[in-house]
Amino acid sequence: MALGLPENLFLTRLDAAANWARTNSLWPMPFATACCGIELMATAASRHDLARFGAEVMRFSPRQCDLLIVAGRVVMKMLPVLQRIWLQMPEPKWCMSMGACACSGGVFDTYAVVQGVDRFIPVDMYVPGCPPRPEQLLRAVIDLQDKIRQTGTLNGKEFRTRTRPEGPRPLESDEVRRIREALG
Amino acid sequence: MFDQTPLRERLGPSGYTTSQFRDNFRLHVAAERVYDCLQCLQQACGFDMLIDLSAVDYLDYPGAKDRFGVIYALLNTRSGQRVYVKTAVNEPELRLPSAVSLWKGADWMEREVYDMFGIEFTGHPDLRRILLPDEFTGFPLRKDYPLRGRGERHNFPVITRAES
Repeated sequence: MALGLPENLFLTRLDAAANWARTNSLWPMPFATACCGIELMATAASRHDLARFGAEVMRFSPRQCDLLIVAGRVVMKMLPVLQRIWLQMPEPKWCMSMGACACSGGVFDTYAVVQGVDRFIPVDMYVPGCPPRPEQLLRAVIDLQDKIRQTGTLNGKEFRTRTRPEGPRPLESDEVRRIREALG
Repeated sequence: MFDQTPLRERLGPSGYTTSQFRDNFRLHVAAERVYDCLQCLQQACGFDMLIDLSAVDYLDYPGAKDRFGVIYALLNTRSGQRVYVKTAVNEPELRLPSAVSLWKGADWMEREVYDMFGIEFTGHPDLRRILLPDEFTGFPLRKDYPLRGRGERHNFPVITRAES
């Protein structure tokens, strides 16, 4: 060894060490409201085995989780609940929007269904599909691990730079026009 | 078909009309007589179960004279007979007597009709919204309510990553 380190010692950055630990033990919070939840369960079950990627510990308390998986459509009555769950999760935390409904409202373009959860909570990873197959969810978990490995820091300062809403603006211009027309 | 004699005595021969489509037998009653009709059906004709209570908005419906129709589906669990009681309400008097005193099951169904159509049921023990949030304004199943709503689905605070 060039540095003359004794055996069983290695040098690394603290960020890399933290990222290594975090990537390999993501604890998902399953927010399963629709058929995506079934695929999420299938992903965690034996055939697809999410445990291979260290993300098998589904906790039903947000205070024990670091990965929020929004699986399914979110209606306007549920959104405050989702926001509260997100706020209750301890740092560092990530959010995955699973399926067409969570990403964009899907086919449910009605008064009650939120048109994408990224309008109201920050989302790190989008999984397309209706519903996505377990392979897609596994791929998303692997990609999220990649993202954490590349951008993660020990003190989470990469989160602090995300000060702007990342989703579509809550009221697009056509939405405003529609509301005006509706109100006459 | 069931024995309509008690009903005829209670409402009079012109108090209601009937119609039939296949085995679907309906009674058409005016809104002010609907409670009498339901009470008579329950107590004298043996319709002991309220299967469903729903409403229809007939706005822009071809040939419709009334704005809202309210439908009661009844079942006689002893004989298996079914009957549908139909009545109509119009603005601004969107009010009907509550059927909770006759069938307990009417409670949530009347709340749902109130929630979706804004039809009030006088005498209901706890008439408030059942599916939508309490602060919701408007009645979504009315035909003049826009499909995409009036912005309710976008009326939430945005949480950014830095502040959460």
